[in-house]
Amino acid sequence: MDSVLPWYVLLLPLVSAAVIVLVTRRLGNVSAFVSVGAAVLGFIGSCLIFGSGNSTAAEIPWIDLRPTFYVPIGFVLDSLSKTMLVLVTGVGALIHIYSLGYMRDDAGKSRYFASLSLFMFSMLGIVLANNFVMMFIFWELVGVSSYLLIGHWFERDSAADAANKAFLTNRIGDFGFMLGILMVWSATGSVVFQDIAGRMGTITSHPGYLTAAALLIFCGAAGKSAQFPLHVWLPDAMEGPTPISALIHAATMVAAGVYMLVRVGFLVQASPQALTVIAWIGTITAVMAGLIATQQNDIKRILAYSTLSQLGYMIMAVGLASREAAMFHLFTHAFFKALLFLGAGSIIIMLHHEQNIWRMGGLASRLRITFVTFLIGTLALIGCWPFSGFFSKDAILALAHEKNMPIFWLALFTAFLTAFYMLRLVLVVFLGKPRSENAEHGKESPFVMSGPLLVLAIPAATAGFGFFSKNFLDVPHADEGSHIVPILATTAMLLGVIVAFLLYRNRESDPLDLAFLRRRMYIDEFYRWLIGATQELLASIMAFIDRWILDAGIVRGTSTTTWGVGSILRLLQVGNLQAYAFFFGLGIVGLIYFAVFR
Amino acid sequence: MILLFILFCPLLAAALILLGTPARATALWAAGLDLAATLLAFWGFDRAHKGFSYITSMPISADWRLSFTIGLDGLSLMMVLLTAIVLLAAIWFAGQIQQHEHAFYACLLLIAAGAIGAFASLDLFFFYAFHELALIPTFLLIGIWGSGNRYAAAWKITIYLATGSFILLLGLIMLYRSVPEAARSFDLRVLQSAASAGQIPAAAQHQIYLLLLIGFGILISLFPFHTWAPEAYASAPAPAAMLHAGVLKKFGLYGLLRIAIPMLPEGQRHWAWLLIILLLGNIIYVGLVTIAQKRLDWILGYSSVMHMGYIFLGIASGNLVGTNGAAILMFAHGLSIALLFAIAGQVRERTGSLLLSDLGGLAKTMPIASFVFGLGAFAAIGLPGFANFSAEVMVFFGAFRNGAGMDGFHIFQIATVLALWGVVISAVYMLRAYRATFLGSMPERWAAVPDMRSTLRVPAALLLVALLWVGFSPQTFVRLIAPTFRPYLSAEK
Repeated sequence: MDSVLPWYVLLLPLVSAAVIVLVTRRLGNVSAFVSVGAAVLGFIGSCLIFGSGNSTAAEIPWIDLRPTFYVPIGFVLDSLSKTMLVLVTGVGALIHIYSLGYMRDDAGKSRYFASLSLFMFSMLGIVLANNFVMMFIFWELVGVSSYLLIGHWFERDSAADAANKAFLTNRIGDFGFMLGILMVWSATGSVVFQDIAGRMGTITSHPGYLTAAALLIFCGAAGKSAQFPLHVWLPDAMEGPTPISALIHAATMVAAGVYMLVRVGFLVQASPQALTVIAWIGTITAVMAGLIATQQNDIKRILAYSTLSQLGYMIMAVGLASREAAMFHLFTHAFFKALLFLGAGSIIIMLHHEQNIWRMGGLASRLRITFVTFLIGTLALIGCWPFSGFFSKDAILALAHEKNMPIFWLALFTAFLTAFYMLRLVLVVFLGKPRSENAEHGKESPFVMSGPLLVLAIPAATAGFGFFSKNFLDVPHADEGSHIVPILATTAMLLGVIVAFLLYRNRESDPLDLAFLRRRMYIDEFYRWLIGATQELLASIMAFIDRWILDAGIVRGTSTTTWGVGSILRLLQVGNLQAYAFFFGLGIVGLIYFAVFR
Repeated sequence: MILLFILFCPLLAAALILLGTPARATALWAAGLDLAATLLAFWGFDRAHKGFSYITSMPISADWRLSFTIGLDGLSLMMVLLTAIVLLAAIWFAGQIQQHEHAFYACLLLIAAGAIGAFASLDLFFFYAFHELALIPTFLLIGIWGSGNRYAAAWKITIYLATGSFILLLGLIMLYRSVPEAARSFDLRVLQSAASAGQIPAAAQHQIYLLLLIGFGILISLFPFHTWAPEAYASAPAPAAMLHAGVLKKFGLYGLLRIAIPMLPEGQRHWAWLLIILLLGNIIYVGLVTIAQKRLDWILGYSSVMHMGYIFLGIASGNLVGTNGAAILMFAHGLSIALLFAIAGQVRERTGSLLLSDLGGLAKTMPIASFVFGLGAFAAIGLPGFANFSAEVMVFFGAFRNGAGMDGFHIFQIATVLALWGVVISAVYMLRAYRATFLGSMPERWAAVPDMRSTLRVPAALLLVALLWVGFSPQTFVRLIAPTFRPYLSAEK
């Protein structure tokens, strides 16, 4: 029987956004209540869907020009989407609640919660989509809500710029994504995943075409999941409110790219060349972001680069043809990274919007809950046994060990970097002496904020164990006999911890000064130069041509030609506008008469 | 009967206003009634009926086979609906008119009447004549009530559009004469059945199609005949820009869809390459030019030129998917550009400047206006939820389909790739313009600028609801207009 529940879960946040915009715009607290209510109900609904064996839902046609083109709005309800559903609504609901505290005094509260609801709607659409075009629709909507939320404090120039940057970078990825969709549709005649999977034969017979299509689709994922070279928007996206960084730019939206690749894994895995490229892009991103993270000083930016690096791991797993490993890391990462960001938000709010780690210090004693939960998140992130990250990272490392040794060593190096920069963060922020006025007087956050931290700490610690994750995922089981990978991984992690300890214990300022890494490898500067040298230059040349050659030339040309209308008009140029317009109308009617009926 | 009312209601109102009834009230009432009647016609439209509905015919001359015949099929119904919506919004958004208030409103109504007449005419002569009728008030609106360099702008648009009309006229005359003597008629349906029976020779089709393409093309601001548009729209008062860019400009596209595509399939095939090159000029070249603009009204003007490229792409695709997309995109673009010009007009009214470097942070003092403009901008750059996106999807799929193979990309695929890149370009300039106008830090002097009047939310909502309606449920309109093209276009190709 068709279930209607997915429709409710999907549309609930949209209704919430609409109600806030149309009705409760001026009542910030009511808006917050509406939005949080929708999120919690969505979570309950998702759990019900997860629990039920029902796997079909009603489908409506969005564009129906069969036999050529048919786009339904329909759902796919398999274990993958059900797990994502619970994950997105669960983490989402917690962050909605946390936002009640974080955004308590914000003037744009209604706008914030409306955008948050819009985001939930879009993200759920991606998770549920059963075809490429529907996924693209929600894909773009996620981009829109992210734009709105990054630019929430729109009076700040930096926030407005960051929002534009995020949107445009994603658009570049989506350019490829759409093109890939077109190629797949053109070859198989369908955009519905299930149909495409059934007709893969028509593409696999053309390996070049398939590789191109797969890589173009990967472009979309690279934009959303911020993979090199489209990663530049994510660190800037930290201009948004911190709960947004936790929800969108750590736990869910950036995972959409990985999810999409897993969803269309049948397509991507059919092309070995595409897989190789994807694996290396993931690896490059992981290493590069890890390196940059070691020299950042803004607490949110460090976490942002660590997100990039972890997303690199996931993409690496996709490229190594293991959907299970990618989803496993996505799953655990969502918990511990949301936890870390919310912890960072708790610090930032209590220190009156201080984000520079060198102006913090000694917070462990004052922000106890935050410290303990942050520590759990950190241990999970650096892959310390028995926290969740250990298991999922181990799965990816084992995979690389089995399939591609160069990638394995780089992944191991990234594990070292991860431990190093996270310990640096913890040491500088929580230990040592307070290094600013605010840091001396910081107090623990209210329960509405610390509560979600405690809740998230549980899965962050335990989600790696089979008793937890097996309910949700096909957990990849590593080679039982081999202990070499976990031993190497733990060694790399410990090495990172030790080096960080030696360098950063009780420091007043950073003993390392690597401008290349601090300035993010100058990639942003390079892009700025590139855009200036291509797009902006072309634009001004074209504008010049348009103004001074095309426009001036043709207008002058027309008025000096002697044929037809030009001369009639010139004769009338002395008269006023009304007169010649009138004569002109008359003339045309006369002309028809003359030409046709003479 | 209802169609006669829809057509003559604005004409009658224009006459009444010139006779001295209160200008704004009369215009608003007429536009409101017109929209109500159009919705009624939309509601009562029988989708199963083949051919035209609501036909009224009045013979003018049996010798010339000329008659005043109006009627609607799905495509023209959609265009009339667009006109009625934009007319009401344009009149509502018209602010204080300093001089000749009566003539101003009469001109707006005349443009709409001309457009409705052109869309509803089943007769070549009236099809053309109604459009001419609508052009004259457009010139007047720019010349008399315009701003900036208004005389030059009015002069330029007149030269261009007159030239375009003239070339178009030649093409229409040749079309009329290309069918055998016995079958000659001004009636589009008669011409169509002659064309469907293969009575227009291929060579004639090539010539006529080219004339129509250039003639209509100039009216639509097809590259390289586009330079009149941005200047005219920048100088025109906001309601005039809304009506011309939103509705009247679509006359040319409507003409291509109504005449060139179904009657001249050979010409279409023959000139596809030329159309592709020109439309890429619209998308890429004009898109880049738009990026370099420094004034909001010029950005909007150029963007409306650029977006014509996508409609052309759908038309060029020559299949059902792309052509449907083109038709719906006309509707979508008409609504979104009207909305953007309306809000830009509001900003100009308050700040006296649309230079981006003068503006900034207006979202703080004009929250409603910036919200509406933001949605309009989202619609214009093709974000889902709005009509433009669903139409563009069909355009891209249709165009990509033409001649697609797995051995490589041919001209249509290459054009689709470039056009897709245009989507990035339009996001660049639109978001920059929005950022520079409404976001970021605000210059001191705009701190006391008031938001748009609260009654103006009604016309803004009207345009937005229409955009969202088609965006959420494009199938409603696909079902409406697909029957227009199904007899001539194959789905496969």
